[in-house]
Amino acid sequence: MSAAARAVRPVSIASFAQSQNVRKDDERNEVEGLMPVIAEVFGNIGITKDDVDFICSGSTDYLIGGPFSFVMALDAVGVWPPRSESHVEMDGAWALYEAWVLLQEGEIDAALVYSFGRSSLGDLSEILTLQLDPYYEAPMWPDIVSLSALQARALIDSGKATEADFAAVASRSRRDALSNPKSQVANDIAPEVLLQDDYVVAPLRRHTLPPITDGAAAVVLAAGDKATAWSDRPVWITGFDHRIETHSLGARDLTTSPSTAKAAEVAGVAAGKVDVAEIHAPFAHQELILAEALGLDDSVAINPSGGALAANPLMSAGLIRIGEAAERIRSGAADRAVAHATSGPCLQQNLVCVLEGGA
Amino acid sequence: MADSEVLHAEHRLEYPYSRSTGPVIGAFLTALRDGRFVGATGSDGRVIVPPTEYDPITSDDVGELVEVGPGGVVESWAWVSHPLRKHPLQSPFAWALITLDGANTAMLHAVDAPGPDALATGTRVTARFRPEAERIGAMADVEAFVVEGGAS
Repeated sequence: MSAAARAVRPVSIASFAQSQNVRKDDERNEVEGLMPVIAEVFGNIGITKDDVDFICSGSTDYLIGGPFSFVMALDAVGVWPPRSESHVEMDGAWALYEAWVLLQEGEIDAALVYSFGRSSLGDLSEILTLQLDPYYEAPMWPDIVSLSALQARALIDSGKATEADFAAVASRSRRDALSNPKSQVANDIAPEVLLQDDYVVAPLRRHTLPPITDGAAAVVLAAGDKATAWSDRPVWITGFDHRIETHSLGARDLTTSPSTAKAAEVAGVAAGKVDVAEIHAPFAHQELILAEALGLDDSVAINPSGGALAANPLMSAGLIRIGEAAERIRSGAADRAVAHATSGPCLQQNLVCVLEGGA
Repeated sequence: MADSEVLHAEHRLEYPYSRSTGPVIGAFLTALRDGRFVGATGSDGRVIVPPTEYDPITSDDVGELVEVGPGGVVESWAWVSHPLRKHPLQSPFAWALITLDGANTAMLHAVDAPGPDALATGTRVTARFRPEAERIGAMADVEAFVVEGGAS
């Protein structure tokens, strides 16, 4: 079903905020890290928690190492009197999707979405293994870098890309991040210099990996009168979809992303010119796979924020892509943008959100 | 109170339940214990290894189990020069996606090779099973794959 065939209630990204992305935030707990982000996302548009009808968060207990950590995190908002609230054990981009679906029903007009995670608390090479098939993959503890390296090798073997292409993505991303004050890794290093890095897991060199990041992000969604009251230039979600592929790694063609392509088709990416794309590609080679699946040509500015190679706060890096894309539209730098989020090993699950500026 | 009067009690964190691996995954793991590989026939005739209870592409039920391997072809590989503490091998090795002979999908496992120069996409490898007495019906029953005719 095409996006045009579906009756979609206009929902606006009314406000966006994110923490400073850092390698290790060991002075604040999750609530303390979230509180200034929540205050900012409300303060941007002069509202309070009483102005939103629903709260949805994205996080994972596996980072903090304790159960129901999202319940504790609600203290960052303050939920008395009682609030309608939900949570996904996923990146905040999927929490935003859930809130958007609820807004589609028309019974509420505003929602708060937030996500948080401190990657520094544990060892990601072990934690992320726990998302894999529990019989065939997880018992061997294949780490995320190794699995991504298998994907990168397949891409090289397919003839679609080279290590130099990976280095070009990393170089451009971190150079663009120089103008993003929230980024963690920003520098100006030529691709040919990056190619002198050692391999971490061949064929992935150091520069092709995302940083390990602690951070949080939040978005306010608005519909109806609130959308226009809270913004001079509402940023409308005009298409939204997410799709998943099999968890059997060896049953997938890792050089393509059919779930992204399907989500892009349903979200209507090709229905207009794309000015900016914020793509959640934790590993450099994944941007190349995703850009192809999204059907983006060379005229599209990809990841002007620096993307996940500049800051990769687990559970927030996807939500931040939506926020960054929305800010480009709000500022007038773009009229139409595509935001993407991913989850799982080697781009297993993908979400595509199309944003357009309104009057 | 003297030290000898301090009470001690053992606390063992455990999950006291068992879970059946079912007719398909269970069959694969049992075959591993027997030093063999089996795959499941998908609805389009493709042989899925390791087998799932449903076709990962069409979502249909899978059909009969068929024997595959123990040799196969490397579809992609990644060289680990510094193994992590929980990796299956503690000396440099490769992760690989391996399509076993008779299969149409690849399985993830480790390849014990002398160095990255010994491997390429397309290299033929074969399973090195642990001794029968050590096999328990798990992926680790295959210690690693090795290059066919190779030194290791």
